[in-house]
Amino acid sequence: MSDLIFGLVSIVVGVAASYAVFGLLHFLLSLLPERIYRKVNWLAFLLPAALLVVLVLVAPLVQTVIWSFKSDNVKEWVGVQNYIEIFTDEVKPEKVEAKKEEGAVFITDDRILDGRFMDILINNLLWVMVVPAATVVVGTATATLTNHMGPKRERVFKSLIFMPMAISFVAASTIWAYFYSFVPPGRPEVGLLNALVKLFGGEAQPWLTIDKGRLNSFLLMVVIIWLQGGYAMVVISAAIKNVPVETLEAAQLDGANPWQVFFSVVLPQVWGTIMSVFVTILIMVMKIFDIVLAMTRGNFTTSVLAFEWYKEFFENSNLGPASAVVTILVVLIAPLMWLQIRTVRQQEALR
Amino acid sequence: MNKVNHFLRRTSLGSTVAMLILAALWSAPTLGLLITSLRPRDLAEVSPWWEALAAPLSTPWTFEAYQNSLASGMLDSLVSTIAVAVPSTILPLMIAANAAFAFTFLNFRGKEFFFALLVALMVIPLQSSLIPVLRGMVWIQKTFDVELTGTYVSAWIVHSAFSMPLAIYTLRNYMMTLPRELIEAATVDGASYYQIFWKLVLPMSTPAIASFAIFQFLWVWNDYLIAFIFVGEQKSVMTYRLLRLLGQYGEGWQDVAAGSFISLIIPLIVFFALQRYIVRGLLAGSVKG
Repeated sequence: MSDLIFGLVSIVVGVAASYAVFGLLHFLLSLLPERIYRKVNWLAFLLPAALLVVLVLVAPLVQTVIWSFKSDNVKEWVGVQNYIEIFTDEVKPEKVEAKKEEGAVFITDDRILDGRFMDILINNLLWVMVVPAATVVVGTATATLTNHMGPKRERVFKSLIFMPMAISFVAASTIWAYFYSFVPPGRPEVGLLNALVKLFGGEAQPWLTIDKGRLNSFLLMVVIIWLQGGYAMVVISAAIKNVPVETLEAAQLDGANPWQVFFSVVLPQVWGTIMSVFVTILIMVMKIFDIVLAMTRGNFTTSVLAFEWYKEFFENSNLGPASAVVTILVVLIAPLMWLQIRTVRQQEALR
Repeated sequence: MNKVNHFLRRTSLGSTVAMLILAALWSAPTLGLLITSLRPRDLAEVSPWWEALAAPLSTPWTFEAYQNSLASGMLDSLVSTIAVAVPSTILPLMIAANAAFAFTFLNFRGKEFFFALLVALMVIPLQSSLIPVLRGMVWIQKTFDVELTGTYVSAWIVHSAFSMPLAIYTLRNYMMTLPRELIEAATVDGASYYQIFWKLVLPMSTPAIASFAIFQFLWVWNDYLIAFIFVGEQKSVMTYRLLRLLGQYGEGWQDVAAGSFISLIIPLIVFFALQRYIVRGLLAGSVKG
């Protein structure tokens, strides 16, 4: 009960405080001569937002890039040393021959490509290749299927698929860690996956530790597909319902079967929506981190860039290298900014 | 519209069966954890959770794990989470609504540039700013003796800042649809922009503000990273505590399971009560990448 009161009070206080702060800003600006005031009145609306964006987003981002060229405690400049150490490993002279026989890739005489970091990049690449596409497929499939049933059933099924969107990454990880859980032989099974495997004559496995073929990374991806499938379904479903019925009737008159109608009439018309969902999830997936932290702590070759940043900073307290890892992430994400701006432009044009 | 429904909604049994299987797959993991949280510990040692599903009446259901979980700190975390989440929803919305007003109805130099900057910032991962912000707050603490890290205030500031680009963008999109004539008429009547914003534009934008508020609330409620860095262990939020519990599931899944569902109660209430608005918000593009 006290929580509820606290919640309500803070809403009232929050709105009142913003009314007062913005009122004060307007008042201060209105003290200026009329001629100038009319030119700067927008500042009273924009200043608090601009301060937040500059001080908490833009300036720190620049600082991070600068720190990526500094040492662990960001006191000395180290040039591109952090990046070299992220991408490569030093090989002691006596081990050079052995490494050569193993087939390690030598960048210079005494540095080889860092296999662990390459694994991280491969994981990021896999996440990006699999998750947005799979989520969009799940969304399109469920949107299409629920379209072919009564409104009551449609509502219930959609709610069930959509529900995970209210769940935090951490709670979702708990739910799925339980689903994948492994108990030593001799005790009753608790994980549904292992129970199903046994049912079909297989043997129980500690699934999250199996990195062969990146199996465990794929199992982590399932969690985010599960979380975001509902979002894709809702947006794509709305687009499907907007497809003009005349185009469907025309196709039917031409004798197209339901599959042909879907692939050659419906799909092309909702393609734009599918792509925008795809891009949104792509951006989300690049930053994925909580699920890896909660389920494997990055062990068993499941680490990704955003998790590596967390580890460098909070476990190793290496500010310079942590900044370098996140700078690499920003550089990889940067092309998506262009996609984002393009999508926004298209939406503006439609207005 | 009816015509569309008539054609597209040709009901088919196959679709229902396929959805039934999908929905069962989708719900099974959650159901498993829910049942586990409601069973006594000793029973879970000897039989898997789906056996309770087969014999629901003979299972001795219990809230013991919930009581344990609440008593061992989850209740404190619930309070902390509310203290982080509610102001982190209200403040950014008020600030963003003001900014969106400027972007929609006022003209100033560099407007296009600032707007493009906001759109670009929507893509940037929050990890890229967090360390300098944390260091900056520690510096303020040392220099001005203002305590920031480890307080709710720091989380409010950081959550507000990170929601700014998307909030301004979606609110501006909505304000663009408001009739300009109304605002111009008010100006002619001698109202200041401040009055126009609070008396006209803000009340008229309620649908957009409400739907963004739901998303922001869910986002903040479910956030781990910002709460972990800026609020920390003293007033640990539920995601933080849950993550700690998850590391110790050797002591039995009951507590983690119960903890998970305690953290889910409020988001799920919000979700089922306001689903219509959530859908509306999604279609307006308010999804955080």
